[in-house]
Amino acid sequence: MSDIPLDDAVVEHHEHHPFLQHHFEDLGQQHEASTLGMWMFLSTEILFFGGVLCAYWVYRILYPEAWALGAEQQNKLYGGLNTIVLIISSLTMALAVRNAQLGKRKGTVAMLFATLVFGSTFMAVKGIEYWQHYHEGLFPGVHFTWNEVPALAPKVQLFMVFYWGMTGLHALHMVIGAGLLIWMMTRAWRGHFGPEYYGPVEIMGLYWHFVDIVWIFLFPFLYLIHGVHHV
Amino acid sequence: MSSVTLQDVRFVEPEGTRNYITHDYGALSWLLTKDHKRIAILYLFSITALFMLGGFFAVVMRIELLTPEGDLLTSDTYNKFFTLHGIVMIFFFLIPSIPAVLGNFLLPLMLGAKDLAFPKINLLSWYLYMIAAVMGLYIIITGGVDTGWTFYTPFSTQYSNTHVFGVTFAAFIVGFSSILTGLNFLVTIHRMRAPGLTWFRLPLFVWAMYATSIVQLLATPVLAITLVMLMFERVVHVGIFDPALGGDPLLFQHMFWFYSHPAVYIMILPAMGVASEVVAAFTRKKIFGYAFVAYSSLAIAFLGFLVWAHHMFVAGISVYSAMIFSFLSYFVAVPSAIKVFNWTATLYRASVALMTPMLYILGFIGLFTIGGVTGLFLAAIGLDVHVTDTYFVVAHFHYIMVGGAVMAYMAGLHYWWPKITGRMYPEWWARLAALLIFAGFNLTFFPQFILGYLGMPRRYHAYAPEFQVLNVMSTAGASVLAVGYALPLVYLIWSLWYGRKAGPNPWGAVGLEWATSSPPPMENFHETPVVTWDAYDYPAMMKAMGETQNV
Repeated sequence: MSDIPLDDAVVEHHEHHPFLQHHFEDLGQQHEASTLGMWMFLSTEILFFGGVLCAYWVYRILYPEAWALGAEQQNKLYGGLNTIVLIISSLTMALAVRNAQLGKRKGTVAMLFATLVFGSTFMAVKGIEYWQHYHEGLFPGVHFTWNEVPALAPKVQLFMVFYWGMTGLHALHMVIGAGLLIWMMTRAWRGHFGPEYYGPVEIMGLYWHFVDIVWIFLFPFLYLIHGVHHV
Repeated sequence: MSSVTLQDVRFVEPEGTRNYITHDYGALSWLLTKDHKRIAILYLFSITALFMLGGFFAVVMRIELLTPEGDLLTSDTYNKFFTLHGIVMIFFFLIPSIPAVLGNFLLPLMLGAKDLAFPKINLLSWYLYMIAAVMGLYIIITGGVDTGWTFYTPFSTQYSNTHVFGVTFAAFIVGFSSILTGLNFLVTIHRMRAPGLTWFRLPLFVWAMYATSIVQLLATPVLAITLVMLMFERVVHVGIFDPALGGDPLLFQHMFWFYSHPAVYIMILPAMGVASEVVAAFTRKKIFGYAFVAYSSLAIAFLGFLVWAHHMFVAGISVYSAMIFSFLSYFVAVPSAIKVFNWTATLYRASVALMTPMLYILGFIGLFTIGGVTGLFLAAIGLDVHVTDTYFVVAHFHYIMVGGAVMAYMAGLHYWWPKITGRMYPEWWARLAALLIFAGFNLTFFPQFILGYLGMPRRYHAYAPEFQVLNVMSTAGASVLAVGYALPLVYLIWSLWYGRKAGPNPWGAVGLEWATSSPPPMENFHETPVVTWDAYDYPAMMKAMGETQNV
């Protein structure tokens, strides 16, 4: 049993699905491995965002007045609009996965494109906010000229450090997500996906939903807090 | 059915079949490889080079400390040397050492798989490592960094004039290399095991890699975001961690050690995995208390997340939180002791073959125990206040990192060298090197326990004259240690051409990695193995062989 030449094993692979990688036994194993890999990546991401959220909370407890004042500088209309836009984009993303599972090529592409449109809308609104903050002197460092409450200005600046840092990291994830969407659209257009093989769309969806959920945390933490918290 | 042992299953290729080394030729076939074995070799070269660089800094520091006066290096240069020694050895040698070299090579072989779950990501990990290493080298050439490997704020963000940004960015990048390796291993262990290879049939090395990977996956991102905040503070000049601007430097220490304490277990857990493999192979016994050893790896990984503030007892944390962290720190000793007791119980009344890997592991068990017990001294708040920032701490963590992790890495490298290269290393020279390393190590670091207890602070290039005798002993030991590390470099390279051909299983060991050829073919196994036996099934093997083929 031990002297089967290597070539016999290789020949067998030609009957396999074109997207089955050589080191997996079958598509099921490949799908499970990729999905688990994305979940593990997301757990890394949770700790990554968790670290900065932890620092945010420490200072929120130390400087509640400054944090409330910082949140007052945010445009709740833009933030709320963006929240709605992102939640809708999660719906279209989920529909894209469903279309891919059913092997509907055009439906998949359309839903991925819709997701991309909503994601870009979010980024555009975010860009307007950034532009306004910059001109209001709310970018930390030498450009920070906001001084409405002089005693609290350094602490409000610290709030804005977290605002720019966390929304910036989130925006970076959105940009990466947009790139992945375009990649998935080209693959879907070429008809790569169907009931047997839709893993990449599903895994991309997991990532997209995660980035949405990050925003669901950021929105209240940065826009909606108010009043003085005594902890 | 259970009468089928590993001895009946062989995947050995006929003589002359192409293996993973001879499969393709040319630099590109290595630089663009997706094969886990070739990537392991890439890592082996890279970390060996970085180990020599880190060793260079150590040697110069030991020469400086030969005399009480700061005569060889200025205090500024000395600051840079201990910083770079720490950064290179921790981020670029110890953390990748066993996982990225031995783990990469062995995990798919031990699991009966063709490769890791994500071969491209595996290659990406190596490139991230290399990008960070090149950045680090550039920074060393252009002036270095002087913050200590811990990057404590506000010195690192507001005051240091050295390349703090570049080095922290390099550490950030190499962190992602570590995360992706851990992620790859976790998915591989979950999803790529051969049929019949259930969790409690896995070699303990795999359990150790599993626990290590969890720590890599969950701790490293916190370091990454902490370094991002540090870089942001340094560039934009805001006070996230600067008390003058409303920040909290203790928060940096909390977040830094939330990674960097678990990182100790990233370095020592794989070493424990190697110890289990080698002890079983050279005693011809099942590891005593297999399940306890397996679970204790997970327990160490879990408890390792709960003890970070014991690095901060004198930093200004409250007495109550110090007491809690002190209390929790003692708990880590329990699973560590479980492992030591189980290895010792395995050795008890065994016929121990004192080959080189076993010599290293015997050294490992003793030195790790000393390092662990002195760790308990440091977990006791009263004693820690006395020896904080002295050479006692330096000696303690070198007993764990060098006496533990590096000794086990050397053991693993020798144990699996025949599998990796197909050649035996020269046994006599290897034993000599093992003994030199053991003797040199103790001569270097044991005097440092005494120095620290007597009050010699770490991180100074000059010291009081009464400490000279012990420092001379330490420097003498470092010279022996340097010779000990140089020897394997020479004879292992020599063995590639002149070593005896190893054959598939020179140790008569069990484990799937020994069932295929040495070096293994590109696909590892020409058919997927079906596992019907437990790990370390030496009793069954000995029975089957009639005890005729001892080492």
